[in-house]
Amino acid sequence: MLSQESLALIDRELAKYPADQRRSAIMGALRIAQTEKRYLTNELIEFVASYVRIPPVAAYEVATFYNMYDRKPVGKYKLTVCTNLPCALSGGYTTADYLKQKLGIGFGETTADGRFTLAEGECMGACGYAPVMLVNNHSMCNHMTPDAIDKKLAELE
Amino acid sequence: MLEIEIDGKKLTVPSGSTVMDAANSIGVHIPHFCYHKKLSIAANCRMCLVQVEKAPKPLPACATPVTDGMKVFTHSDQAVTAQKGVMEFLLINHPLDCPICDQGGECQLQDLAVGYGQSGSRYQEEKRVVANKDLGPLISTDMTRCIHCSRCVRFTEEIAGYQELGMANRGEFTEVLPFIGKTVNSEISGNVIDLCPVGALTSKPFRYSARTWELSRRKSVSPHDGLGSNLVVQVKNHKVMRVLPLENEAINECWLADRDRFSYEALNSEERITKPMIKQGGVWQEADWQTALEFVANGLKGVIAEHGRESVAAVATPHSTVEELFLLRKLMSGLGVNAVETRLRAADFALKTAGATWLGQSIAELAASDAVVVIGSTLRKEQPLLAQRLRQSVKKGLKLAAINPHGDDLLTAKAAELVVRPDQLVEGVLQVLKAVAEAKGIALPANVDFGSIDIPAEARAVAAVLDGKEKTAILLGNIAQQHPRYGEIYAAATAIAEATGAKLGVLGEAANTVGAQLVGAETGGDVFAKPRQAYFMLNAEAEFDVQNGAQALAAVKQAKLVVALSSFSSCALEHADVILPVSPFSETSGTFVNMEGRAQSFNGVVRPLGETRPAWKVLRVLGNLLGFAGFDYASSEEIRDEALAGDIAPRLSNALAAPVAVKAQSASGLVRLGEVSIYQADIYSRRAPSLQKTADAANATLLKANAATLAKLGLAAGELARVEQAGGTAELQVALDAGLLDDVIRVSANHPLTRALAAHVGAIAVAKA
Repeated sequence: MLSQESLALIDRELAKYPADQRRSAIMGALRIAQTEKRYLTNELIEFVASYVRIPPVAAYEVATFYNMYDRKPVGKYKLTVCTNLPCALSGGYTTADYLKQKLGIGFGETTADGRFTLAEGECMGACGYAPVMLVNNHSMCNHMTPDAIDKKLAELE
Repeated sequence: MLEIEIDGKKLTVPSGSTVMDAANSIGVHIPHFCYHKKLSIAANCRMCLVQVEKAPKPLPACATPVTDGMKVFTHSDQAVTAQKGVMEFLLINHPLDCPICDQGGECQLQDLAVGYGQSGSRYQEEKRVVANKDLGPLISTDMTRCIHCSRCVRFTEEIAGYQELGMANRGEFTEVLPFIGKTVNSEISGNVIDLCPVGALTSKPFRYSARTWELSRRKSVSPHDGLGSNLVVQVKNHKVMRVLPLENEAINECWLADRDRFSYEALNSEERITKPMIKQGGVWQEADWQTALEFVANGLKGVIAEHGRESVAAVATPHSTVEELFLLRKLMSGLGVNAVETRLRAADFALKTAGATWLGQSIAELAASDAVVVIGSTLRKEQPLLAQRLRQSVKKGLKLAAINPHGDDLLTAKAAELVVRPDQLVEGVLQVLKAVAEAKGIALPANVDFGSIDIPAEARAVAAVLDGKEKTAILLGNIAQQHPRYGEIYAAATAIAEATGAKLGVLGEAANTVGAQLVGAETGGDVFAKPRQAYFMLNAEAEFDVQNGAQALAAVKQAKLVVALSSFSSCALEHADVILPVSPFSETSGTFVNMEGRAQSFNGVVRPLGETRPAWKVLRVLGNLLGFAGFDYASSEEIRDEALAGDIAPRLSNALAAPVAVKAQSASGLVRLGEVSIYQADIYSRRAPSLQKTADAANATLLKANAATLAKLGLAAGELARVEQAGGTAELQVALDAGLLDDVIRVSANHPLTRALAAHVGAIAVAKA
């Protein structure tokens, strides 16, 4: 269900923990699976659980608890804007509103062409660089003023 | 030891205790939901908040370790304010549906809300609603009532061994659920009903049938596996409404297997027979007791007069009580009949031991072992709660190993495992024996012909598990006991036990396997191999309780006289001549001796249904009718005191009475692995509709083999296969079981679908249907 590269990455995660604590690797394993498949279906969660050798419901608990795991299809680029207090004070909502208007979608929605998904995020631990935005869960963009957003979106075209 | 003061009372507790433990030890009740003595500490309900001197905030008693000199106030203003605050939060989303909730009257939330709740709520917003989940045929859900204590989740993970339930989502949206599309299939799943402190998980078969305050509670003993779990049978209007565990730390702790809990459904089944029935001219007619008993007495006398004593055999299941079996034996010896047999599922009757075979130690001692090797057992299905106990012991360091004809998961870590063909179980044990002898540098036993056995690495690993440990045990399960070469397995296991200092134990298949041996109800051997003229059958069904059901059925069909003593009319309608309705365990007093040699007597919990009579009374009256002396018992206690006179302990022994010659053999070709599935093992679970809807019951309808064998036979999972064994055939759906060796065909035994097949282990032919 996953590529050899992804499985090798999951093996690397598993190697970080003692052999009798394989379930510790489930967060990393789900992240790797999501990176390859864009989002986590129930079948994919079950597959990852069986690869890590934990009950599927234990993986499901993790996948439903953390909001960076997507369990519905997302666009090619998932843009997550932080709206927690420090970001909100530094213009997080302005950033979000600008993105909403520019992409024509609200939080939790995907553009018709399937390119962008907009998500509301929680603190990313980079309040000094507020407002921050995350692209596809992995790359962090700082000081996302409207200008910076235009530039970033152009890069992502 | 630490000193602590709780509500002004001073006490000392061992270090490592929590405030909750300390309070429990002096009988101070701290309200709680998520805390349970057998589960890990979650501290997520917050109900047990208490005031601790010098602590700035109230602390959860269940998760706060005692420190020296600690002063705890469980009912101070601060503690009660905190507890009331928690209760207000818990009630925010809890529905006010107590009048229609099955938990009403035995609900911890309801009880504590009386003590800590307010008469009204300040919460004006909408309450949350949670969709119900399908957890299978035993557990009913009303998830809106859930307070997220997570006891059920921790139970499946920690006690049942496989996390089947989980807490998905978070915060306001948290839900307890199984993985999408899955149900809860554990053989001890019913315990989550007891654990649930609210009405979120309730019993499906019991649903809406009675209120807890309408029920009388009566003690009893489970008639199923060899553990002898203690029961509280709850009764209304002379009908058993449900069964709950009676806590007994030495036996079942606070748990019950689903078989113990839900098999009561059979007691109220339509199949119950309430009047004696006699077949005359091929037509069943109801009769009164006098007529029926005279018919039986005259019939037995007639057969013996015509064909001799050897032509009669009495068979009973080891689920029968000590009293019943003792009187059966006594009645038969009055008639001069020697053949009384309870080892109906055995195939090898040659084994002779110095006493009754038993666990070899108490259940608690077994659980405290350092290493245990299980031979020939599907432990989780044969002895669900014993498997649970060993699972807890493994967490404390016990090393568990198995020599089995399958690789079934024990849902706990196995230190070593040797998988063999079912007809090579003896050789598997011999491999380990040889490995033990080699490792210890001792001579091989003289009575064993090892042939050309070599030692695979798995056998060495199993041998290593027993090496250098202080308390070790070797357990023989049902597959071993029902094996055609049981004597050899037993002898080889004895040799390993002697070489390693391990205790040999036999896991009693049924509630009274040990008791049956104590009263000597095993003198018949294979009474169906050579058909007799008359069979006297107590609680036994030819095709379901005898290893070779097809052969037994043929034998009883040709018999001139078949007397069936049963609670169920369907037991023998086709071939019996007379059916005497006898009481199930719930309607008679009696005694079971469990696998650790503990005699547990119980009383009838309800009066006998219709004209049903306890079997011991029926046998006593039969003795009177036949004019035998010594049948004047006024109570079952009198019979018990005679049957189990003196101490039981000296009469238990697993020592071989004489050396058994063991010879390694080779085997090839397709071989059957037959086991009696968990819900076909006795007359009650067979007739419990809810148990028959479980995944375990469905599992028993499958034919299983590994991928290579399926490929060789041209079969694929999901297809229908036709199996043939000794002239009998069955059609079964195929499934994959990767834990089996090549050429092993796993087909359940004594099952309605496979009743035509022969011995549990033997050659079998398989083709696409």
